[in-house]
Amino acid sequence: MQEWGWQYAARSTPALSNISCEITAGERVLLLGASGVGKSTLLRAVAGVLGEDEGAQHGTLTIDAVVPHRARGKVGLVLQDPENQVILERVGDDVAFGCENLGIARDEIWARVSRALEIVGLDIDLAHSTSQLSGGQKQRLALAGVLAMQPEIIALDEPTANLDPVGALSLRKALVSVTDETGATVVMVEHRSDLWWDFATRIIVLGSDGVLWDGAPALLPPETAEVLEAAGVWLPDKKILSRKRQDERDAHSVLLSARNLRTGYPAGQLGQPLNFDVRAGQVLAITGPNGVGKTALALTLGGLIPAREGELSASPELQGNLRTNSPYAWRSTQLLSRMGSVFQAPEQQFIAGTVRDELAAGPRALGLSREEVDTRVDELLERLHLSELSQAHPFTLSGGQQRRLSVGTALATMPRVLILDEPTFGQDARTWTEMVSLISELRDGGHAIVAITHDEDFVAAVADSVLALEVGREQY
Amino acid sequence: MNSISPLAKLCAAGILGIVLLLSLDPVSALVALGFELALLPWAGVPARKLLRILTPLLIAAPFAGLATLLYGRDGGDVILSLGPWQITSGEVSLALAITLRVIAVALPAVVLFATTDPTDLADALAQLWKLPARFVIGALAAIRMLGLMRQDWQMLRLARRARGVADGGGPWGSLKRLGNQALALLTIAIRRGSLLAIAMEARAFDAPIQRSWARQAQFTARDYVFVLGATLISAIAVMMALMTGAWNFVIA
Repeated sequence: MQEWGWQYAARSTPALSNISCEITAGERVLLLGASGVGKSTLLRAVAGVLGEDEGAQHGTLTIDAVVPHRARGKVGLVLQDPENQVILERVGDDVAFGCENLGIARDEIWARVSRALEIVGLDIDLAHSTSQLSGGQKQRLALAGVLAMQPEIIALDEPTANLDPVGALSLRKALVSVTDETGATVVMVEHRSDLWWDFATRIIVLGSDGVLWDGAPALLPPETAEVLEAAGVWLPDKKILSRKRQDERDAHSVLLSARNLRTGYPAGQLGQPLNFDVRAGQVLAITGPNGVGKTALALTLGGLIPAREGELSASPELQGNLRTNSPYAWRSTQLLSRMGSVFQAPEQQFIAGTVRDELAAGPRALGLSREEVDTRVDELLERLHLSELSQAHPFTLSGGQQRRLSVGTALATMPRVLILDEPTFGQDARTWTEMVSLISELRDGGHAIVAITHDEDFVAAVADSVLALEVGREQY
Repeated sequence: MNSISPLAKLCAAGILGIVLLLSLDPVSALVALGFELALLPWAGVPARKLLRILTPLLIAAPFAGLATLLYGRDGGDVILSLGPWQITSGEVSLALAITLRVIAVALPAVVLFATTDPTDLADALAQLWKLPARFVIGALAAIRMLGLMRQDWQMLRLARRARGVADGGGPWGSLKRLGNQALALLTIAIRRGSLLAIAMEARAFDAPIQRSWARQAQFTARDYVFVLGATLISAIAVMMALMTGAWNFVIA
């Protein structure tokens, strides 16, 4: 790569510029840098999937002296979201897909498929349905699909950002065995660099104008580490500030109580019976492995889907002047000032064309006057560091910004209970810290917070109580 | 049934369908339906699944008949007079013919497609009929996304309730919200689609290389026999209709 740069067609400034480096075979490179610095763009360029119509490049980028676009099959790319990279319905076919495109002979394909599945540790039938796999399994499937193409370089774009800790570890194990077996070169972008610190042989830190630092992980100078931390990169041994409350938990009033509550999607699996209280001024963390029904529980608590069995009741304080204490029976606008739900995928929740309108939608639905709406929105924009983006379309924001905006939309109507599904998912260290302090501020302000989370650091930092869901007999 | 080529099934259902749509008489439909029902136990579809996939058909077909009964062209003797409706013997036989026909055409199509794996169909279309792999595989990947879209739709609906914009405004308001939600679904679908396209491209999809196929699509002697069987059933049905004088060519 020599003074390589890329500018997206729709942007006025280059996504990347002046990148010069040389990666030799067998290296395991971790690409670090602030979010928005163009790491994913670089990875896509290496994989040869940046279309020529998408922007303009300057400088040169070559793989074995060939431009990546002509070196198809030499580089395999694993992307962030497990959902959007499963291509075919059967496990075996999905792994074979890349080989087919490379014109590999049939017998050879199936030999490669079994071998690849074995290396990534997916011991399942070739005819198994891909849609029934967990997130961690889907990522390993994607890795197997890439591996079967026998690429010289494996590129990974935040492969663990959407995985729970168990899934992330299984992917790490799979990648270690891949490199042990094949000696492939690895180029990876990952916020959670602590997970890969021992695996990487080299770290390249990207800055806004070229490479900031390049060397072995152990040699990373403290001043660069500081820059990285400020830029939101997770480094190993990061100290996490506890923001737990010090006082007695029973001092706070109960807003919601669950008695023998069993939840689930209307036609789906049924969860275990649960008994717990949601209290004002407390953070309740709900944890548990994938598929245990955490999201269905969050939707039930938010009054969005009905309880399947047992009871979920609002306290008289939360119920106010409504006729029933069952949140599911409340009208949409009645929910607004009582329950705020923030979904795992922010884009599912956006309903307006600008950040400003997005925040104003809730207060308007409550029938507040224009001045009141404006005051609230301005305050929130300020607090969420989104003022400069107030006219931007919500879909154009970065992941961290979208997450803050979706929390903001719930805050705008000042609900007593705030239910957050994976609030720290895929966040870099800086937005993570911001999210944690925002949540602890809200808690101190008397909101009841329920957070569905996989994030152990998050639980350690803010949770006042933890409800750990376990896989029980009823679920299978 | 799973071992029959998807293309043989496509041809068989097509032949039966086209032939049966040529005439509007009860005889040919009844004959075809008789053969179909007799062969049904060999289709390899479990009874419960069969009942589930056929329910919409069994509900819809009598309604087609009922409409004919009430609004068809009057002919023959008046059998029953119900207020504005005069039901004649001509309408009764036409209604019967239409109900039978809808079932006779749809039954094989529904059963044959229920036993067809989309991946196998795509393989066959691309390898045997030489349709461009780019479109066939693209469509196949898109079908897999439909399940995700259904989940997205569900979440969008719940999100609108959470955002306080899920009720009020009467029927016009509901309609507007539905449109709005559909637009949001479209946006999300496009995003998913473009991410999937990157994933496919990253695995060398559409590379300037002759693509190979991991699964071989075959059209064997059995498949020819299968299509021939369907042709035979159609022929017998037409002949019986002609012999009984019931044949009623729709275009004539």
